[in-house]
Amino acid sequence: MKIPYFPGCSLKTIGEGFEKSAIASAAVLDIELEELPRWVCCGTVSSLTTDDLMHHLAPVRNLIRVEDINETQLVTLCSVCYSTLKRSNALVKNDPEKLKTMNQFMYRERDYQGNVKVLHFLELLREIGFYKLKEKVKRPLKGLTLSPYYGCLLVRPKEFGIDDPENPTILQDLVKSLGADVIDNPYQLKCCGSYHTVDKPNLVADLGYKILTYARNSGADALVLSCPLCAFNLDNRQREIKRQFPDFVEIPILYFTQLMALAFGLDEEKLGLEINYVDPMPLLKEKSLIKPMSLIKE
Amino acid sequence: MSKTIRLDSPEATKFAAKIQERSGEPIDMCFQCGECSSACPVSSDMDLMPSTLVRFTQLGLKDELINSKTIWVCASCFNCVARCPKGIDIAKVAEALRQELLRKKLDYVEVRDLSIEERQEIPQIAIISNLRKFSR
Amino acid sequence: MQEEAEKEKMVKVYIMGREFEVPATLNIVKAFEYAGYRFIRGIGCRGGYCGACATVYRFKDDYRLNFALACQKAVEDGMYLTILPFVPAEKAKYDMNKLKPRGTVLLELYPEIARCVACNTCTKACPQELEVMDYVQAAIRGDIEEVANLSFDCIQCGLCAMRCPAEIVPYNVGQIARRLFAKYIAPKAHPTHARVDEINACVFDEELDNYIILAKEDIERLKKIYVEREIKVG
Repeated sequence: MKIPYFPGCSLKTIGEGFEKSAIASAAVLDIELEELPRWVCCGTVSSLTTDDLMHHLAPVRNLIRVEDINETQLVTLCSVCYSTLKRSNALVKNDPEKLKTMNQFMYRERDYQGNVKVLHFLELLREIGFYKLKEKVKRPLKGLTLSPYYGCLLVRPKEFGIDDPENPTILQDLVKSLGADVIDNPYQLKCCGSYHTVDKPNLVADLGYKILTYARNSGADALVLSCPLCAFNLDNRQREIKRQFPDFVEIPILYFTQLMALAFGLDEEKLGLEINYVDPMPLLKEKSLIKPMSLIKE
Repeated sequence: MSKTIRLDSPEATKFAAKIQERSGEPIDMCFQCGECSSACPVSSDMDLMPSTLVRFTQLGLKDELINSKTIWVCASCFNCVARCPKGIDIAKVAEALRQELLRKKLDYVEVRDLSIEERQEIPQIAIISNLRKFSR
Repeated sequence: MQEEAEKEKMVKVYIMGREFEVPATLNIVKAFEYAGYRFIRGIGCRGGYCGACATVYRFKDDYRLNFALACQKAVEDGMYLTILPFVPAEKAKYDMNKLKPRGTVLLELYPEIARCVACNTCTKACPQELEVMDYVQAAIRGDIEEVANLSFDCIQCGLCAMRCPAEIVPYNVGQIARRLFAKYIAPKAHPTHARVDEINACVFDEELDNYIILAKEDIERLKKIYVEREIKVG
C-alpha cells in the first residue's frame, strides 16, 4: 500500500537515520511511504491557547496538501509532528467556525474538508499486526535487551495518544516481535526535557541522566524511541550528561525503525547508524547482529 | 513576609478570567490535591509548584505569576494533565501565562543569542519548539 | 462622437489620501508624476527589474491589500496608492570563500527563519509571484538548491520582509542560497572553463590573426569560411 508520509524538519538532518530505516523497513512490509508534496514545518509544538489560529495554519496546510493528492491518511514518524498535526486536526474538526476562518485566510489553497486522519507509524504497524513484522524477521534480535522510551507526546494527552498514558505497551510489543527482550523502565514516560535543550541544557542532562542510568542499571543494552528531539536529548546530550555526572556510562539510542531494519536483515546503509551519536556498532557487533560490510554478499 | 490579597479586587478578578478564557480550562475546579506537582518532571527547577500556579491563577495574582520562573521551566510534557483528577490542563494555563508576556514583545529567549556552534549542532526541531514557546 | 473616442480615458486614484484624476494608460509611477509628485526615493530602473518601487495599494470598498512594482502596474479606478521608500533589513556578513554549503548554513546565518509559521503572507506579498513560503521552508530543512531555484527571480524589493509576522527577511536567505548554489553546488560549466583556458593559452591566436588579415584582403573568402563552418551539435 502507498501512504502519504510527513517527514518533519529534522528527519532530513539529525533524524536521517530514522527516515532511511523507516522507508526501508516499511518497504519490506509492502508499505510505500510517499513523502507529502510541498509539506511545511508543522510548527513542532502545538499552540495551547484558545485564541490562537495562526499557529494552527501550518498543520492544517499540511492536511490540505493530503486532500490535494486525494488521500485521507497521513503517517508521521516523529512523535512531536504526530501530536501537533493530530491536535490541530481535532481542533478544526470540532470547531467549524475556526476552520472557516482558517480556510478563508488560506484562500489560495483549497478549503480543508476535514477528511484526513493523522497516524503515527507505530499505529499503522499495530493495525497491520505485529505478527506480520515477526514473519519478516530474518535476523531475530536475540540477546538484545531494550528499554522502550515513549517520552511525552506519543501517549499524552490521552485523547491524542496512541496508547495508554500510564501503561503503554506498543513499543514493547514491537520490540518483542523482532525477537529482542525488554526491560521495565519506570522512566519510559518521563519527559526528556524537550525544547529546554536550547537554553537549559543542564536541565536536560539531569533528566537524561535519570532516564538512561535506570535503563542501564536494569540491564538494557540500548534505548529505543520514536522522536528526533528525544533522540537529540538522550543521545547527543550524553556529552553534557557525562560532563555533569562523571560516573555516567554511555548507552546507545536507537530509533524503532532502525531495529526493524536490522531485524529484517537489511543492509547497514539502510539503517543510518552513522548518524547516531553514541555509536551502536560495538553493541550490535558484540551481539552478532551486524555483519561487516565486506561479508555481506547481497 | 506576608501579603494581603483582596479576593474581590477587580484587577485580580479580571486577570483570573482572562487566563481562564485564554487557556480554556476550568481553573475553578482545582481543589489543590497536588497530583500535578508530583507528576511534573521539572518541578524541582520551579519556584511555584504547578498546583500553586493554578491556585494563584484562581486568585488572579498577576505579578507573582508573570514574574515566576515556573512558566518558563514548564516542558509542556502534559504529565500534569494526565494525572489531574479534574482533567484540568495545567500546561495550557502555563502557556496562557507565557503569552501574557510574549504578546507584549517580552520574549524569553532571543534567537540571535545562539552561538554559531549551537546553531550548527542543535536540530531544527529543538530551535523551532524553543522559539515557539519562548518568543513571539 | 469622434472627439469622445479620442478623449483619453481617465481614472480616479487616491495618492496618500488625496484624490487625483490620471490617464488610465499610466503605470503607478507615471500616475504619481502626472499628479505632480517627483520621486527622489523609491524609484529606480522603471523597468521592473531593480525592486526599488515596491508598492502597496488597496481598492475602494475592498479591504484586501495588494502588492506590485509601481513601474509595472497600470492604474485602475479607485486605487489607494503609496510607495514604500525603503524596507529596513540587515544582511548577515559572510565570506563566501569561508562558507560551507552544509544543511545548517542558512539557519546559522539567519536563525530567525525557525520562527516561520507558514502563514504564506510573504508569498501573497511578492510582486514577482514567487513561492516565498516554500523557499523559506526549504531553507529551514537545509535544501539550498531548492531555495536557489524557487527564489531565482527575486528582485529584493522587500515586500515579503515588510509583511512577515515572524520578522524574517526572506530575500536575504534567498540571496545567500543562490550564491552558495552557484559557487558550490551547481555543476561546473566545464566546456566553458576549458575553452577559457584554451584562449588564455593562445591556442586560437594564430587562427584569429589569419581571419583579421582575410577581413582586410579577401572578405568574400572569409564569408565563405563562415557560412561553411562546421557546427557541432550536442
